[in-house]
Amino acid sequence: MEITTLIWLIPLPPLLAFFVIVLFANRNKALSHTISVGAAFLSWAAGLYVFWQAVTVEGGLHHLSEEPFADSISWLPLGDGWFNIGILIDPLSAVTLFFVVWTVFMIFLYSVGYHNFGQPKGDHDRPGLPPHGATVTDDHGHKHKVLSIEPMYSRFFAFIGLFAFGMFTLVLSDNLLTLFVGWEIMGLCSYLLIGFWFGKPSARAAGIKAFLTTRVGDVFMLLGIGFLYFATGTLTYREIFNEETLTHLAETPAGFLGLSVAGMIGILLIIGAIGKSAQWPLHVWLPDAMEGPTPVSAMIHAATMVSAGIYMIIRMFPLLSAGAGEGLTSPMMLMAFIGSFTALFAATIAVAQNDIKRVLAYSTISQLGFMMAALGAGAYVAATFHLVTHAFFKALLFLGSGSVIHGMEHGVFHVDDHHTDPQDMMNMGGLRHKMPITFWTFVIGGFALSGFPLVTAGFWSKDEIFADAWAHGHKWVFWTLALAALLTAFYTMRQITLTFLGKPRTEAAEHAQETPWTMTVPLMVLAFFGVTVGWVGIPEHFPLIGGLVPNWLHGVAYTLPEAHEAEIAFSWIPLLTSLVVALGGLFVGWMIYRDFEAGATDPLEKWLGPVYPVLKNKYYFDELYDKIFIKPSIWFAENIAYLWMDRKIIDGALHWVAQISGPIGDFFREKIDMPIINGFGDFVGYGGKKLGNKMRVVQTGRLQQYMLMGLFFVFAAVFYYLYKAFLP
Amino acid sequence: MISMNWFLIFAAALFSIGLYGVLARKNAILILMGIELMLNAVNINLVTFWRYTNPAVVTGQVFAIIVFAVAAAEVAVGLALVISIYRRRHTIAANEIDLMKW
Repeated sequence: MEITTLIWLIPLPPLLAFFVIVLFANRNKALSHTISVGAAFLSWAAGLYVFWQAVTVEGGLHHLSEEPFADSISWLPLGDGWFNIGILIDPLSAVTLFFVVWTVFMIFLYSVGYHNFGQPKGDHDRPGLPPHGATVTDDHGHKHKVLSIEPMYSRFFAFIGLFAFGMFTLVLSDNLLTLFVGWEIMGLCSYLLIGFWFGKPSARAAGIKAFLTTRVGDVFMLLGIGFLYFATGTLTYREIFNEETLTHLAETPAGFLGLSVAGMIGILLIIGAIGKSAQWPLHVWLPDAMEGPTPVSAMIHAATMVSAGIYMIIRMFPLLSAGAGEGLTSPMMLMAFIGSFTALFAATIAVAQNDIKRVLAYSTISQLGFMMAALGAGAYVAATFHLVTHAFFKALLFLGSGSVIHGMEHGVFHVDDHHTDPQDMMNMGGLRHKMPITFWTFVIGGFALSGFPLVTAGFWSKDEIFADAWAHGHKWVFWTLALAALLTAFYTMRQITLTFLGKPRTEAAEHAQETPWTMTVPLMVLAFFGVTVGWVGIPEHFPLIGGLVPNWLHGVAYTLPEAHEAEIAFSWIPLLTSLVVALGGLFVGWMIYRDFEAGATDPLEKWLGPVYPVLKNKYYFDELYDKIFIKPSIWFAENIAYLWMDRKIIDGALHWVAQISGPIGDFFREKIDMPIINGFGDFVGYGGKKLGNKMRVVQTGRLQQYMLMGLFFVFAAVFYYLYKAFLP
Repeated sequence: MISMNWFLIFAAALFSIGLYGVLARKNAILILMGIELMLNAVNINLVTFWRYTNPAVVTGQVFAIIVFAVAAAEVAVGLALVISIYRRRHTIAANEIDLMKW
């Protein structure tokens, strides 16, 4: 089989799985997850094969970027020619495909355990609400409360199948239009899966919030795509990214704020990415999206969908940086600002959160900010590197947190205490003995997130961002990110310490239990990548270990038209900063929280004083948006759109028409229809009847009379004739 | 030769007698007989005009024979009807045969 044929086929199995489950297999839970996980496995196998072919291609990655695996078909007939869509595997999409197939497959597998496959049906479970547990009787006649299977098990696997299809489409497509199609499919699936437990009002609201907030970004992105098509007549990457087109776009003014066309398109696309990748100011949806099941949080809101925004920016980087010369273009400045601000801003919020998943949600926002800032500073390769490592360790952390929640739920059911929130870190503690696999994998993920030196992947990618930001002279980006990294390490250690270390703070935590193999195996696999993925990006000039593993990742840079980035000089300052913030943050986090007692207040509350509630309440952004967007929208809808426009103007116009046409109709009826038309009809009818009545007297039935009459008329006719003939 | 006028006068008289019979009688058979008289008066007229105007052509005679034939057929049907009516209603008075009258 041709490699391009195989690439075309990669997105297909999950899509088929979606339709097969929805249409046929939805009654059978085992069949549904077999189909779905099987589809993910097929895509995984095909994806890895393609990846392997791509990285071992003859002539190396440099050759691959010049002659990528690409194929296209004529899809949409246009006035003068065809709109082509196709697939493209160049170094960037190969790397992205690698982490996407791995995380997707692992998360599919994990979902089997997370949704309690093999557990009994719940006592009071109904579709739309999370499982509430089932009562089972053991051999000794004791009743136990245990976890129960998810009522909408099959539906979940159908949705994540559709989602995986969207992500593969996005990664493999060779043009912005099919990328956008995949992007929107994921948006839909995100909505469906966040609101998966639609019986909970908070989940419903979160689904709508995520959908509408990302929609804001998507509208701008679509404008950007439209503008790009208008300016170049194509949306295919490889047709846009040539010296001539880019220079032309960079030099043509867009006539708005003094931007060039390239800058204008870039900014619109960046706004799209801000919505999808949950950057400030459109970050509000991601924390609420944690209402969805944890595999969803891991897949959509950590590893793949939010990465799509960054992926798209990396993809369009030649356009965004067109005409940069030595300095930064306006889109890059925007990214540098938004990214570094978001990185710090979200990290400060994460410090004060107690929900285990919300900490990770803000951490995701913050890490995506790192990538955005790196792109803004021109650190193209570093951003890609961090995208890959982050996908692995953040998926790992989310799955780990899901495993913790699962274990805690087990404890909650065991002690039959429904007042303990299984997601609140304050209720945990000491889980390292109960859940050893989850503990060690979580530590690996957490240390990768913090950038624990040398061993973890996160260290290498973060270090590369720091090094690039420093070397390119963007000092303010560098220091902001360093501060954010310090906070990252701190809140990660806070999370690990509160969750796993110390003593159990509630009875539920004491009875927590390790999760089944379907959940722990994905954790171990992702933990493996959470460490090793970093090795492909170790800089060659790094002291001692540089160059031991070939720096394979720099091949991604070949995707850029203007060769690859200049090698940056090694500097001790970013490296030392990176070491200090990572180790310092971890140490401080451990010091503060290692003796945390049950029921104690968070020490931060004391030290931060009035700042703490602000952080805890996420800088009141939700309330602010509620005041300035939602309330006015509702007011506008209620008063302007409904009462004024709909009721007054539209209904009023209709009433007015009715009032005018009523009398006109009456007039026609009274003056024309009734007397003239009906009158004529009546006249014909009644007149005929009357005439008949009058005339019937001549019908006597007497033959002789008829004959006399005939005779009379004959005589009359004869007389008339004779009179005419002879007496003129 | 007798003038044609006599024949015409005779035919007109015969016709008038027949007409009177038809108009004045109630008995259906008598009405039929009146009709026969009028047909015969017409036949006399036809033959007279043939004889006095163009005796070389036989059309007048042919016409008269056709009238005979029609009259015979008419009497046959008419008498049959009258007999049939009599059997049902025991009367042949024309004014009493009023089943179809509204």
